[in-house]
Formats: sequence, C-alpha cells, structure tokens
Amino acid sequence: MSILELTAVELGKKIKAGEVTAVEAAKAALAQIRAAEDQVNAFVTIDEEGALKRAEEVQKQIEAGTLRGPLAGVPVAIKDNMCTKGMLTTCSSKILYNFVPTYTAEAVLNLEKAGAVILGKTNMDEFAMGSTTETSAYGETRNPWNLDHVPGGSSGGSCAAVAANECFYALGSDTGGSIRQPSSFCGVTGIKPTYGTVSRYGLIAYGSSLDQIGPVAKDVTDCAAILEAIASYDPKDSTSIRRDDTDFTSALVDDVKGLRIGIPRDYFGDGLNPEVKASILTAVEVLKSKGAIVEEFDLSLVEYAIPAYYVIASAEASSNLSRFDGVKYGYRAEHYDGLHSMYKRSRSEGFGPEVKRRIMLGSFVLSSGYYDAYYLKALRTKALIKQAFDKAFASYDLIVAPASPTTAPRLGESLCDPIQMYLGDIYTISVNLAGLPGLTVPCGTDAKGLPIGMQLIGDCFQEKKLIRAGFSFEQSRKYQGPPLAKQWEASLK
Amino acid sequence: MANIISDETIEYVGILAKLELSKEEKEAAKKDMGRMLDYIDKLNELDTSGVEPMSHVFPVHNVFREDVVVNGDDRENMLANAPEQKDGAFVVPKTVE
Repeated sequence: MSILELTAVELGKKIKAGEVTAVEAAKAALAQIRAAEDQVNAFVTIDEEGALKRAEEVQKQIEAGTLRGPLAGVPVAIKDNMCTKGMLTTCSSKILYNFVPTYTAEAVLNLEKAGAVILGKTNMDEFAMGSTTETSAYGETRNPWNLDHVPGGSSGGSCAAVAANECFYALGSDTGGSIRQPSSFCGVTGIKPTYGTVSRYGLIAYGSSLDQIGPVAKDVTDCAAILEAIASYDPKDSTSIRRDDTDFTSALVDDVKGLRIGIPRDYFGDGLNPEVKASILTAVEVLKSKGAIVEEFDLSLVEYAIPAYYVIASAEASSNLSRFDGVKYGYRAEHYDGLHSMYKRSRSEGFGPEVKRRIMLGSFVLSSGYYDAYYLKALRTKALIKQAFDKAFASYDLIVAPASPTTAPRLGESLCDPIQMYLGDIYTISVNLAGLPGLTVPCGTDAKGLPIGMQLIGDCFQEKKLIRAGFSFEQSRKYQGPPLAKQWEASLK
Repeated sequence: MANIISDETIEYVGILAKLELSKEEKEAAKKDMGRMLDYIDKLNELDTSGVEPMSHVFPVHNVFREDVVVNGDDRENMLANAPEQKDGAFVVPKTVE
C-alpha cells in the first residue's frame, strides 16, 4: 500500500514507529498535489517550502519524543477561511487577495501543537457562501470522482483534496452544511461539531451564530482523532464552551446495540433522489442488523429551516463583512472620489455576486421597519426548530438523514437559480440552527459512480454517539477513494 | 404575495450595505431580493406568537474578562497588509474638508 492511501491515524502510527518519516509523507502529498491540481484545483495556496521545513522540525521532535500524538507529522490542508500566520488567507475572495494574517486560528494552532504539517490552504465558495465551490474568485474546484461535477461546498476544496489524496486530512467549516454536504459529494467523512466545541477565533466569520470548524478525513477514526485535537475552550471566543468530554476517540467502539435511531419521514419524502434514499436506507439496515433500534417519526417544521437560515445567515454576514472596506487590509479600488466612494467601490469590486446578494438581503432584513418581520421572525422560527429537535432527542439517540437530496451536480448547473441551490441544503441547515453535531459517512455510490453520504445527527454534546454509530457502520465498508487518485499517483512514477 | 422591490429600496439597501451597484446589478438585485422575500414569507405560515427570539442555542450571557493586553506589538506586520500606509498609520482619503 502506498503512503497516500493511508488514513491520517495509520500514517501517524507509521511515523511514530519509524517506518515513514514526516518529510516522506509531506513529499508524497506535495507530489500528488503537483499531479492532481491542474485538474482538481482544490488549493488556493500551496506552501511547499514551508511544509517541508516544518516536516523536518516535526520529525526531529517525534524522534526526540516530545511529540507523541496520533497526528504528529501528518500533512493537513486548511480551508482558506482560517487565519494562518504568515500564510496568505483569501477566503477565496478578491477582496482578500493579498491578506497575510498576523496570527493563527485557534483550531489550527491546536493542530500545530499536535504536530500537524500544513501543506496549504484549500479552495471554497467565496466567504463560504455557496454549495458548490464555484463562487470562488480563484476558479472552481472539481470533484475527483468525476471532473465534470462539483465537489460541493463551501468546504469543497478540503473535501476534494482529501478524496484526491492531496492531503491526509483537512479542516473545513460548516455554517449550513459546508462540511457535511461536500463530504457526501466527495465520498469522505466529515464532522460538524456542537456549536462552541471548536474555537472560532481566527475563522473569518460568515454567520457567527452558526459557524463551526470541523474535520474532513477518510474515516471516522481520523475524524475523532482530529476533533479531539482541535476542540478546546478558548476565552478569545465568547461562544466557546467548556467541555470535559472531548476524548472523542474513546467512542471508537463497534457497538450500536440498543442505540435508538430515528428516521424523519419528512426527510425521506418527495425531493429526495431515489438512489440516495435507497443507499441510506440500506446503510440503516446495517446499523439495525448490529442491534440498533430504528423507528420512523415526524420531525416537523423542515420546510421552514431554509428561509429562517437565509435570513439569519445573511443578516450576520452583512454585519460581519462590513469590516472589509479597503482600509486595513485587502483590496482597495483604484479609482474613487472620497472616503465613502472608496469603501463602496472597494467592496463592489472586491466581492463576488453571491456575497453581494447575501449582504444586500442581510442589510434589508436588519433595516428599520423590516427587522421584526424578518429577522426576529427567523429567530423565533429557530426557537421552534430547536424545540422540534429537543422533542426528537427525547426519544432517539440519533437521527439519520441524507446530507443532500442528490449526488454532486454537474459544474455550472447550480448557480443559475440561487433558490434551487439553497433548497439543496434542506437536510443540513437545521442542524446549524439548533447548534447540533452532525457526521457524514460515505455509504454508497449512484449509477454514475458518484458518492452518496449518510448524515447522522445527534443532540448537543452527543458527538460520541455519532462517532460510535459511524465507526460501527464503516466496519462493513472500508474507505474507497476515487480511481483518479490512483491514476494521478501512477502518473508520477 | 409577491414582493416588489422599488428603486428607492434598492438605493437605500445599497447605502446600508456600502455597495455601489451598476444599473444591471440593481435590476438583478431587485428581482433576486423579491424572489428571496417571497420565499422567506413562508415563515408567516408559522404562528410564533409568544415564542422568544432565539439568538443563541445555549443560554450564554456576556462573557467578561479583565482588560489586560495579552498580544504583543505587531504594528509592522499589521500595517504591511494595508493598501496604503504612512508613518505607522493607515492612510485613507481625506474625510474632513
């Protein structure tokens, strides 16, 4: 087996055992990046020199015994909305085309403490606004399973990079499904943790009450190890939560006996592609055969999640993105007439169409006269959605859902109709509104060979149940990457 | 009911959003926003009377800390990101005549 096919934890073990060095691992990933990037475009920035230098340092620390964690020496890719000191951070936007942060995001710092080697920054929808990674100012990312299809979004670069074996794992962020949906489209595993579990310090904000950083990797074991490394209480993030149960790898147990699983009827009705539905229900049968108790139920309010989300996320975005004004960093327009004209032109030229659309909508719903009717109404709806989940979790340990109504659409199909694109987020969005953890695991492919993911949703702080169920499920189905990943590797030999 | 967005509304929102839209962008924004609001109006089907708006899923309150400087002086690196800088300060167009 080649180095590239190893999972992050497998590679970490081999590095620790002295069978592979951190430098060899970084070189292998960088070679794969060179072979695949022309076709995939998963990265905005590749830091070859920095990665090799860092790998050498980490290797020394591993040999000296000062770095012992499961991820020490393992190369990682970071979504380009997390600040990395000294390394370009663009949010895939023209407005941050030259922004070099002076500090590193807390989640990334935690990974560095665990001995991570950062390869570069991954492509995304501009400011994480989108479901396809096509709104990036630096070109779209392509799905390694089929280059004519999108990888999903907004963490499309992170998920495509993992699937293409360009890195061993990646960090993504999830505001409305941005880890879980592209994980599903790219056939990889991703976790959106309970809100507040991973510090948002240094994550360039989109919808602050919804944003959460999480892992993207080849399997549940990797995701549990990564989440364990990045979760921390951080006084620099006022919404950070103190948890003493972040030993997520302790939940890697192949046992779902007696686990109560709810299947929301409203998630498996009209609008769900039959192949996706069949694949997920087959996966549920696996859990059932292992002793889980499966029941159907009505979640309710499902159709109200998307409108509530777009009001709340756009409102928060319009406020968060007001900091981009051409003064302290990023793009400034060349021609303007006075201060306000400079602000307006810099923003109008620097932001892409989807970002402007959401800023406009957000400014509108927060404006005097509309605030109660739209913004407060959406926050009241959010409260009702949370209640619906509370009720469900009184009866079930976890909920099984699709991650998306379809497999990955073709490039160029989604952006022409924004509302249609937003509807694709129906199974992921309410999880963010209610602050819940969600896990996507690959469970099959459709007739075209595109991956299908199953989403497991837990109550707040119940990541361990998701990890246990996901781990139990994947025992029946070992990770399979896209055929192209092997071809790219072979092309180098 | 279909939402019709007037030219005045788009002008006003453009001011709030600090965006200067071209004529074509304004027309597109009127249509876009109208459609989005039609869709969002679905929330009106829900009776939310007596429901408190939920801004946070957990009962978090203001988090206080001592006002102590913990980050060092990073002025040079921060200024390095500025589109224009002079004498240790950000340069902006003249604001007061």
